[in-house]
Amino acid sequence: MIRLDGVTKRFGDKVILRGIDFTVPQGQVACLIGPSGSGKSTVLRAINGLERHDGGVIEVGGLPVTDANLSAIRRKVAMVFQRFNLLPHRTVLENVIEGPVHVLREPRDAAEAHAMTLLARVGLEDRASALPSELSGGQQQRVGIARALAMRPQAILFDEPTSALDPERVGEVLQVMRSLAESGMTMIVVTHEIAFAREVGDRAIFMADGVVVEDGPAREVLTAPRAPRTQQFLDRVLNPL
Amino acid sequence: MSEFLTDTIQFMPVLLRGLGITIVLTLCALATSIALGICWAIMGMSRNAALRGISLAIIHTVRGIPIIVQLFCVYFVLPDLGIDLPPFLAGVIGLGLAYSVYQAENFRGGFGAVDRQLVEAGLSVGMSDGMAFRRIVLPLGLRAALPSFGNTTVMLLKDSSIASTITIAELTRAGQLLAISTFKNGTVYVLIALLYLAASLPLAAFVRTLERRLARR
Repeated sequence: MIRLDGVTKRFGDKVILRGIDFTVPQGQVACLIGPSGSGKSTVLRAINGLERHDGGVIEVGGLPVTDANLSAIRRKVAMVFQRFNLLPHRTVLENVIEGPVHVLREPRDAAEAHAMTLLARVGLEDRASALPSELSGGQQQRVGIARALAMRPQAILFDEPTSALDPERVGEVLQVMRSLAESGMTMIVVTHEIAFAREVGDRAIFMADGVVVEDGPAREVLTAPRAPRTQQFLDRVLNPL
Repeated sequence: MSEFLTDTIQFMPVLLRGLGITIVLTLCALATSIALGICWAIMGMSRNAALRGISLAIIHTVRGIPIIVQLFCVYFVLPDLGIDLPPFLAGVIGLGLAYSVYQAENFRGGFGAVDRQLVEAGLSVGMSDGMAFRRIVLPLGLRAALPSFGNTTVMLLKDSSIASTITIAELTRAGQLLAISTFKNGTVYVLIALLYLAASLPLAAFVRTLERRLARR
């Protein structure tokens, strides 16, 4: 479904990605973990072309990520952002139908009906006419997930979806993501939630300094890591004191 | 005092007609300045270096010349080049152009204040750059530009008095003619000042209301 082959990226003379290879098959939930600055978010943003990679190949559903294909790629893979990025001047419902109505050219009433079922799925059907500023962070992120689903994507990229939330609000978002995973959605999740990655992820990809250090079944990588760098990272995250 | 009142009653119709022209002139120049200002702002943000250069050149040139000189250029110099404009149109174009560079700076600031991540959210659902600009940057940027925009609009209303120098019978010119023919300078200029205030205070209040209303949405 999503394939990366030797992907490199630099900002100026700073090398961010030094050759990333992995393939995420359809229906898999792959969690990208690793220290800040390891290039996890850059990988995610390169997949839907928000960052252009310098070398290597990225393919989504067999289609290479190039400038010419950007629009087609972005209709296939939706993105959920750390800071939600809901449009502040539009209601929850308007945020969800923005892409379907204006990009996919769905009829407005069909798009609204679909949006309402998605809002029900994330538990927010009663807030459809609220503005984002009237919602908690957790609620805003659930709207962000509904907005992603509204595009009927083949895969969803999550860029640290719970990092900007109050600790108490993290659970409600992770639960929605778990139910998505159980419905068979292909997901790549950049996260620091090790427990989520272990329980919900099929696969964990540990990155550091622009390379994939370890890649395997989530439970294995996160409970019995083989690489010293992975062991060190998990030890620090799980036992901060 | 009673003389002031009778003079006021006598002068008011002439001054109010002048105020009417001032308001129409201001609104026309405002519309011109907004259209041109958005143009300069968009050109200034373009990826095309030539467009950015043109925008910068226009902004710096126009901003560096006094408005009264610009009006003279439009009204007295263009006819030498074969472009003969009636005074009102010359006033609209001159004031509109002069103010477009301030509007451009207002809009540029507003567009720049729009969170880049919101644009990325639009791009990530497949919007083109143009659509993301129209649907995200434009509405949010104009909103962010509103306070300085209101300020500029009030300044434009007042600076429309400069059009009196190219024979447009707006409020200031109407007043000058009255003062010259009646020698009642005091009365006339107090009335002119009050009429400008009467127009600018509601304008400022209107912009503030608009700001508040949009802030809620």
